[in-house]
Amino acid sequence: MVKVENLHKSFDDTAVLKGITTSFEPGKTSLIIGQSGSGKTVFLKCLLGLFEPTEGDIYFDDKTYNDFTKDEKSKLRKNMGMVFQGGALFDSMTVFENVMFPLRMFTKMTASEMKNRVSNVLDRVNLHDADDKYPSEISGGMQKRVSIARAIVNKPKFLFCDEPNSGLDPNTATVIDQLIQEITRENNITTVINTHDMNSVFEIGEKIVYLQDGLIAWEGNKDIIHDTDNEDLTNFVYSSNLFKKVRVAQQKGY
Amino acid sequence: MNYIESVGQYFMMLGDLFKKMTKGSVLRRLIIQELNDLMTKSLGIVVFISFFIGAVVSIQMALNLSNPIIPKSLIGYAARQSIILEFAPTFIAIIMAGKVGSFITSSIGTMRVTEQIDALEVMGINSLNYLVFPKIIAMLFFPFLIAISMFVGIVGAYLAAVFGGFLSSENFLLGMQQDFIPFQVAYAFIKTIVFAFILATVPSFHGYYMKGGALEVGRASTTSFVWTSVIIIVSNYVITQLLLS
Ligand SMILES: Nc1ncnc2c1ncn2[C@@H]1O[C@H](COP(=O)(O)OP(=O)(O)O)[C@@H](O)[C@H]1O
Ligand SMILES: [Mg+2]
Repeated sequence: MVKVENLHKSFDDTAVLKGITTSFEPGKTSLIIGQSGSGKTVFLKCLLGLFEPTEGDIYFDDKTYNDFTKDEKSKLRKNMGMVFQGGALFDSMTVFENVMFPLRMFTKMTASEMKNRVSNVLDRVNLHDADDKYPSEISGGMQKRVSIARAIVNKPKFLFCDEPNSGLDPNTATVIDQLIQEITRENNITTVINTHDMNSVFEIGEKIVYLQDGLIAWEGNKDIIHDTDNEDLTNFVYSSNLFKKVRVAQQKGY
Repeated sequence: MNYIESVGQYFMMLGDLFKKMTKGSVLRRLIIQELNDLMTKSLGIVVFISFFIGAVVSIQMALNLSNPIIPKSLIGYAARQSIILEFAPTFIAIIMAGKVGSFITSSIGTMRVTEQIDALEVMGINSLNYLVFPKIIAMLFFPFLIAISMFVGIVGAYLAAVFGGFLSSENFLLGMQQDFIPFQVAYAFIKTIVFAFILATVPSFHGYYMKGGALEVGRASTTSFVWTSVIIIVSNYVITQLLLS
């Protein structure tokens, strides 16, 4: 469970987030949507503790960052997984080493235990025969899989993904979305995904938060997003022509 | 950002760099990797440049020593002095600012723009310690590289002078041993240690705090080279003033 209360974040004089209050539940895939530049990445980086909020609190299972002791903080870190927009794989390491990295860093596992775990996780994300390749030698979709594998290898309670399917073809994007959702359910992880991909919204949006001008302009899920009366959100959701036609058809009662 | 702010940020970086050390077994691998990237891979160019610089120094000395009153052995003496005092430590350090420095800036800068540094931070790793500390340790081996440079430089000087027919082997060796002051070698290695620290940290600073994308990585490498060289030259002056005068 992650709870956000009145979160503000400014850089110098420009306010990016202006008071966000919401919560994300375990076992569910929650989506943050909004135009480019609406502050999705900044929001996620606040959750991750990469940015310090200007104001407001973030609770992880009912405790804020400020309540945590140093030890608890590093424990919390180990409970977080992050899938970065570009993958952020370590160039100097092979696929296998990338996924093993958090284990080597933070566990006392033996070499064979680590190898087993990594192989299992790579299997889970359907990545085969790429163990010894370097990130630059594999496709974007495969990089995303590695990135997901690295994020979940240490069994996190919280998983954050920044535009996990940007730069992927629609098919691969859907597969990646479903993969994240399945893993979230299997392991009862609290998952928050940034996206501006409408396929994701309709596919996996168990909770959807629409960011606009630094505030939450709408909150709901994929089943009720059609019925929103927020005009900007409607434009955002039906920005593609195909969806517009579908909507017009629906309204006419076809 | 203005210069004073940057200087402050640089010293804060030095402070943060030693906090929250990376796990020993991981650190060991990183240091070995850096030794290979920064030291071993520089050996070739250092040997190459040192040899020819040494040769040119002694030819220049020989050509400019036309006065018969001055003993020929002075060529050996002058070659030794200039190679040990300046050419090996300072000149090679500037070369390294280009080679190792731009490598460090572009590799750390790339990690910054592709969010690899954020990935380290998210995992709770002190990315400064993880990235920069192993480089500092690896650069502690820089004096060995400079010792090799001194040796090869003098060999180059010897070969050029003797086989160029400027003076006899005995005469060169005589000059080489003349008025030897051990402290001057100590001075050269003190400089080298300071330069090593500059070479590890200044390019790291430029890479770590860069903003932007791939284009800016290239720009940061250039800026980093300029600043690293300038700082090496200025500290060379300060150290020489403090230790030798
Ligand atoms: N480190 C930073 N310093 C200053 N401004 C930033 C920083 N990161 C993001 N911003 C600004 O915050 C706004 C939101 O950016 P971002 O969260 O990346 O948007 P997106 O929704 O596309 O992910 C942008 O206007 C951006 O310029
Ligand atoms: Mg973004």
